[in-house]
Amino acid sequence: MRFSALKRDERAGYEGHIVPASSLLEVAKALRDEDGFDLLSSVTAVDYLTDNEEEESFFEVVYHLYKSTGGGAEVLRVQVPRENPVVPSLVELYPGADFQEREAWDLMGIKFEGHPDLRRILMWEGFAGHPLRKDWKEVYFEEEAKPFGNRWPGGQVYRVEDQNPYGKNNQYPDGFDPESWVETEDPLLYENLEKAAREYTEDIDTEQVVVNLGPQHPSTHGVFRMAVRLDGETIVALKPVMGYLHRNHEKIGERNTYIMNMPFTDRLDYLASMSNNFGYALAVEKLMGDKVAPPERAEYLRVIMAELTRISNHLWAIGFLLNDLGAFFTPALYAIEERELILDIFEATAGSRMMCNYFRFGGVARDLPAGILPRMKDLVNERLPRKIDELDLYLSENELVRSRGEGVGIITPEDAIAFSATGPVLRASGVPYDIRRADPYSIYDRFKFDVAVRYHGDVYDRYMIRVDEMRQSLRILKQALKDLPEGEILTGHNPYQVRVPAGEAYGRVEGPKGELGYYIVSNGKPSPWRYHVRAPSFINLTILEKMCVGQKVADVVVNLGSIDIVLGEVDR
Amino acid sequence: MTEINASPNMNSSGYEMPPEMRQNIAITTLDKIWNMGRRYSVWPMMFGLACCAIEMICTAASRYDLARFGMEVMRPSPRQSDLMIVSGTVTKKMIPQIVRLYNQMPEPKYVLAMGACASGGGPFKEGYNVVSGVDKYIPVDVYVPGCPPTPQALLHGLMKLQEKIDSESITSVRWYQKEAIEAIPVPILGPDIIDPRDFPTIKSLTQGKPAAAEPAAETA
Amino acid sequence: MYGLGILKGMWVTLTHFVDTFVDDLRWLGRRYYTPEGIAHRSSKDSRGIFTVQYPEEKLPVPEEFRYIPFLIYDIDENGEHQDRCTSCGICAKVCPPQCIWIVRTEDPETKRPVPEPVEFFIDIDICMNCGYCSEYCPFQAIRMDHDYELSSFDRHAEHIFNKERLSKPAAYYNEIRPVNFAIDEAERAEKAAKKAGN
Repeated sequence: MRFSALKRDERAGYEGHIVPASSLLEVAKALRDEDGFDLLSSVTAVDYLTDNEEEESFFEVVYHLYKSTGGGAEVLRVQVPRENPVVPSLVELYPGADFQEREAWDLMGIKFEGHPDLRRILMWEGFAGHPLRKDWKEVYFEEEAKPFGNRWPGGQVYRVEDQNPYGKNNQYPDGFDPESWVETEDPLLYENLEKAAREYTEDIDTEQVVVNLGPQHPSTHGVFRMAVRLDGETIVALKPVMGYLHRNHEKIGERNTYIMNMPFTDRLDYLASMSNNFGYALAVEKLMGDKVAPPERAEYLRVIMAELTRISNHLWAIGFLLNDLGAFFTPALYAIEERELILDIFEATAGSRMMCNYFRFGGVARDLPAGILPRMKDLVNERLPRKIDELDLYLSENELVRSRGEGVGIITPEDAIAFSATGPVLRASGVPYDIRRADPYSIYDRFKFDVAVRYHGDVYDRYMIRVDEMRQSLRILKQALKDLPEGEILTGHNPYQVRVPAGEAYGRVEGPKGELGYYIVSNGKPSPWRYHVRAPSFINLTILEKMCVGQKVADVVVNLGSIDIVLGEVDR
Repeated sequence: MTEINASPNMNSSGYEMPPEMRQNIAITTLDKIWNMGRRYSVWPMMFGLACCAIEMICTAASRYDLARFGMEVMRPSPRQSDLMIVSGTVTKKMIPQIVRLYNQMPEPKYVLAMGACASGGGPFKEGYNVVSGVDKYIPVDVYVPGCPPTPQALLHGLMKLQEKIDSESITSVRWYQKEAIEAIPVPILGPDIIDPRDFPTIKSLTQGKPAAAEPAAETA
Repeated sequence: MYGLGILKGMWVTLTHFVDTFVDDLRWLGRRYYTPEGIAHRSSKDSRGIFTVQYPEEKLPVPEEFRYIPFLIYDIDENGEHQDRCTSCGICAKVCPPQCIWIVRTEDPETKRPVPEPVEFFIDIDICMNCGYCSEYCPFQAIRMDHDYELSSFDRHAEHIFNKERLSKPAAYYNEIRPVNFAIDEAERAEKAAKKAGN
C-alpha cells in the first residue's frame, strides 16, 4: 500500500490493514476515489477487553469496503483506547455509514467525530450503559457463556424474574430517583428534525407540523417509526426511529455457542430464514476451514432453499407493497397463497414454516423426505410461474400502480452506492451488483441466470425488479432441481459443539433484501467473541430520508414499502 | 336485564316446558345471546410486533381465513378493536406504546399473548431490552405457546378466547361494575424501563445506596 | 387505454372466484373435510381458494414438524415405564435459549448418579422449537411433538412442563413420526447388539 500510515494486520486469522484514527479519512477517500472501493458494506466495532495485565484492552472499529463492480473486500481497522474511544466519522465520504456509526455509538459507546446526528439508534436516549461492551452486564446475566451450570448439573428450575427484586427485567443505578427523571428520547429527536428541516426551508415562512408515523401504524411493516416534518403535504425532514424490536441478538449471540446461534439467525429476517442460515453457515465455515466443506448434495439443497426463500420473500414484498399503495389485502392474499406452499416444503423438510434452522456447518440438517422432490418440481415448474405471470398480468400494467410508482422515490445510482444500499434497491437504480455474481459463494457460479437490473430507481422499478428476480430464481431452481445429485448431506458427524480456530470472518450472501453479512470474531472458545450482523434492511433504510424529502406524505409509505424491510432484521 | 339473569332456572333442565311448545321455543338467557354476538365478532387490532405477526397475517389470509370466525376486521385503531394480539417480542422500548394502546381500547377488551416471547420473553428473554412477558404490564387472557405458533395454533388460541367470552356474564363482568376502571400507568424510558407502579420499590432499593459516580457526559 | 389495467385486475379476481366453484363441482363435496381434498387443494392442479376449515379439518402436519419437545418412555414386560432419558444433559447444554432443567438422581448409598432424571423441566415460554435437543440426544429419548393445541389461560400454572407432562410412550412417537421411529429403533437395536456383544 502506498500509505505509510497503513499497517498490515499481523494477527493470525485476520486480514486487512490497521489505520491510525488520524489518517482514516485520507485513506478512505483514496480507496474510494482512486481504487474504486465505493461501497462501504459494513461498519462495526469490537471490544477487545482483556484481563491479562500484559496485553492492552482496546476498541477496534472495522470497516468492510467493496467495489460496486465486484471482487473481494478491503478491510480497514482503527484501534482506539477504551477510555476515550473517538474515531473520525465517515459519513461525509460514505453516507451509508450513518446508521452503522450510530449503532456502534449506541451499543459500544464509540464516538464518531463529525457525525451530524450521533444519537442512540436501537436503545433510547438516557439508557444506562453501552450494552455490547464486554464489561456491561444485563439484568438477567447468569454466566459468561452458555451452557449455564444451573440447568445441568444444577437442575434448579425457576423463572429468572423471580430472582429480581422488581419481578421484572429491570435494574437501576444506585441513588436513582424515578420521580425526578425526565425523558430525553423524543425531545432530542424533534430537535434534530427541526435542524434538518431548517436546511431545506430557509426562506419560506410557513408553519410546519410534525407527524409521527408509527411505531403502531398499519403500513410500517412492523414496529417502525418515522418522525416526519411536513410543510403542507410536502416532507421537509424525516427521521426514522427504530429499536422497537431490538432483541439483543448480538449480545445473546456472544454468549451462545456457535451452533446455538443458528436458530437465532432464523429470527432476524423472519421472512427469509433460510438465507440467514446460509450467511451464518458461510461465515463460520470460513473460520473453520476446508474440513467442513459441504458435500455436493448439500450445496444444491442450500441453493434450492435460498432461492425458494427469495421467491417467497418477494411474493410477500409485492403483496404488501400493494397494500401500501392502497390495494388493501387482495393482492397480498393472492401473493401469500403460493408462499404458503413454499412454507409447506420448508415445514416438511426443515420442520418449521418460518424458523427453519436447516443449515449446519458443513451441510444441512436433514435430507429431503420422501415425496417432497416431486412437490417441489410441481411448484417450480407449474404453480410459481403461473403465479408470477398472474401478478405481472394484473399489477405491472395497472394504471394505479404505475402512476403511484413511476417517478416516486427516485434513487440515483451514485446515491444508491454512496448510501450502501444493496439488493433490489441498488439494482433497481441501475447498478448490476449481485453478490451471487460479484463475489460468488457456494455453487452459484454453476448456474445460468441474469442479474436483474432496472434503471429508473423509482418505486415502480423496485417492484418490477422483484418480479424479474423471482423469474431468475425460478431459472436457478429449475437447473438445481434437475441436477440435484445423490449423496451425503453433511460433512462430519454434526457435533453439538464445534471447534472454531481463532480469527475473524465476514461471510456474506445475497439475501432477498440485499447483502446479508455476518462478522464473526473467534478467540478459540466455544462462543464467538464478537458476532455482528450486517443487516440489509437496516442499512437500506439509511437512504429513506433522502428518498422522501420533497415528496408528499402519502408517498412515504410507498417508499418504505418498496425498500422492503423486516423489523426483526432492522433492529436485531 | 338483571331479572333474567337473576333467575338461574331459566336455563336449567328442571324447568318445565309445555309439551306443545318444545319444538318452537329456544330458551336462552340474555348472556348467551350477548356472548354469542361478541364471540363471533371479535375485532383484533392490526398490530404486529415480530415474527409471530407474520403468522398472524397468514392466519388472516387465504389459507386459514380468520373471517370464518368473524375476526377478519383488523382495525388499525385501538378505539375500534376488542382484541389485542400481542404477536411477538415485547421490548422495553415498545412497552410504553403497548400499554398506551391497551388503555385506548374500549371495554370489553381482551389480550392474547401469541408465542413464547409475548407470554414469557421467549428465547430472547435474557436480553437487556426484552420484557419477560407482556403480562408484567397488562393483563393477558389467553396464552398461545410456540415459537412461532402456527396459524392453526393461533386459531386454537382464538377459540380458547371464545370459550372465555362464553363463560362471562353481564352481571359480573368488570366493565359494568360501578367502580371506574383505572388505566394502567404508562411506563417511562429511564436508565431502564420504569413502571410507575414500581416507584416505591425502586426508591427503597436505590435510595439507600449512595449515588453512583456520575458517568462522563454522554453526548457526542 | 386508461382503465384497462383495472379491468385486467378485476378479471383475475373473477377467474379466481369462478375457478373455486368449478373445482367444487368437479370434486362434488369431496373437496372439503377429506384427506384427499386437503391434499388436492394445495396441489398443482388446484385452482380457486384453498382455505383449510380448521378446526373441522386440520392441515396434516408433516413428519418433521416440530413444536414442543417430549420425553419418550418404553413400557417393559411388567407394565412399568422405563425412561429412555439418562439425564446426560446434552439437551440442556445444547439448548439455545437454555429452557431445559434436569435434576439428576443419585444412588443414596453409592452416591453415584443414576441414569434416570428425577425431574425434567421445559419452560415452554422460552423454548424456541429449534429441535436441537432431539437432534443431539444420543439416547433417542427426547423428540419434537406435533401437538400445537396448547393454548391456556394461565401461563404461571401451566407453562413449565415437568417430567410427567413431558413423558409420552414410544407408541405415541411411532404414531406421529413413523419414519423417524423406524430409524431410531434400528439404531437402538444396533446399540443393544453391541452392548450384548461386549
